[in-house]
Amino acid sequence: MKFSRAYAIVLRYAYLLRGSATRIVPLFAWSVIDIVLWGFITKYLNRVATSEIDFVPMLLGAVLFWDFFTRVMQGVTTTFFEDVWSRNFLNIFSTPMKISEYLTGLVATTTITSTVGLAAMLIMASAAFGLSFFSYGLMFIPFVLVLVLFGIAFGIFACALVLRLGPASEWFIWPIPAILAPFAGVFYPVSTLPEWMQYISRILPASYVFEGMRDVVSHRTVALTPVLIGGGIAILYILLAYWTFSRVYRYAVENGLIARYSAESVG
Amino acid sequence: MDAVSPTKQISSIPTLVVSGLRKVYGSTVAVDDISFELRQNEILGLLGPNGAGKTTTINMILGVLKPTAGAISVDGKDIVHHRSAILERTNFAAVYAPLPGNLTVAQNLRIFGLLYGVSHLTEKIEELLAMFDLTAFRNTKCGVLSSGEQTRVGLAKAFINDPTLLLLDEPTASLDPSKALEIRTLIREFARERSVAILLTSHNMYEVEHICDRVLFLSKGKILLEGDPKLLPQQHGKKTLEELFITVAREPLSLEHVVEPS
Repeated sequence: MKFSRAYAIVLRYAYLLRGSATRIVPLFAWSVIDIVLWGFITKYLNRVATSEIDFVPMLLGAVLFWDFFTRVMQGVTTTFFEDVWSRNFLNIFSTPMKISEYLTGLVATTTITSTVGLAAMLIMASAAFGLSFFSYGLMFIPFVLVLVLFGIAFGIFACALVLRLGPASEWFIWPIPAILAPFAGVFYPVSTLPEWMQYISRILPASYVFEGMRDVVSHRTVALTPVLIGGGIAILYILLAYWTFSRVYRYAVENGLIARYSAESVG
Repeated sequence: MDAVSPTKQISSIPTLVVSGLRKVYGSTVAVDDISFELRQNEILGLLGPNGAGKTTTINMILGVLKPTAGAISVDGKDIVHHRSAILERTNFAAVYAPLPGNLTVAQNLRIFGLLYGVSHLTEKIEELLAMFDLTAFRNTKCGVLSSGEQTRVGLAKAFINDPTLLLLDEPTASLDPSKALEIRTLIREFARERSVAILLTSHNMYEVEHICDRVLFLSKGKILLEGDPKLLPQQHGKKTLEELFITVAREPLSLEHVVEPS
């Protein structure tokens, strides 16, 4: 592993950000819009609800965490898409760079960009709606870590899908967070779901984070074990996603997809 | 006539050895059992009509396309087991693979310099900008350059790691005659001074005659002819290399005898 090659991928994205406001704005714009929308919803709910529940850390926190997961996943895919959009595969994959170095570069890039997004969301949520991440205590750290790992895993898997199916399959990728959200129990306990959906929830690391988050907010005892299980599943998914990407890359090399990668040529 | 000395010492050490190379897509045979060697300081022209298998061969040497059969070794190492090490000292430029248009010339060179592990990268970038007359475009995004300027940026990228093996797929296709002459001179000087082996494809037979030490004619994935580009036409009853090329493209059977490995 030569980190200078992974650094090249990070630097490339830094150059792109520096030269284009259209790439900087989405780092935090949609998340901030979500925070504003849900911030007012939670304020309203706090006013009209008869229960003692504080909806700010429960709903607004959930939005913040879920947007963060989305940001991490799409950070990986967007960095990969830069090579798709600029038709750079032949140049980049004919360098000495190994797959592990390329993926490390994608992950490092998304770690930086999603941290910027998270900071923007936290500032907005705390300044405008009084959400403090201290309300999650030390559990804030494992929650964030599990979501980072889960986002990276799905991001790499999404890259493998686009590499295999071609640029036109990009539209499969953008709705993935929206498809996962109902199963992850972002806004409600997993027990609310029908039994078959709960089975899917159990294999989604994010569901352990959101269950834990609700326990913290409701001042219930928070068990670390479920969050650790979520982290373990996420790590397993990263290994699985890496294996998938490597397999797809080998397939692409065997079948000439790297050499003639375009929407027209990939079947 | 190009202002380049045609005399140089070609090493007996092969940089590139291709043996029994074959690529099949379904029922289509793109490259059919070709074998050849390329030595240090040598410029080998890979010629043939569109679809002859030239680019497929280059892609296999670059490791971005897996051969169906056969072996490729560079500096004694086979590409299957030493891909990364080989590519550290290999590079390529092709008219169909421009560098990302959303980065500037200097940014692209820095990114690829890092990927190829180039030491003293800043100095190297300056040297290449001057060498390819790109200093004025240092901070210009590649996407807004003319096709000729983009070709020169691609060549600068190809020279960035001082390769021992350089693959050039139609390197002067988008250049005006004056710039093409300059690039040919650079390529030839580079081959002479830096112990590099160059595999080059071109449809410009004038260029091939003046730049290549040896040529291979490919037709339907097979090597049909091999030899000195200045002597081959006479040996096959043709006046010029272009006439020979047209015969290869239109009537390959009239010339067909599969060439043994060099």
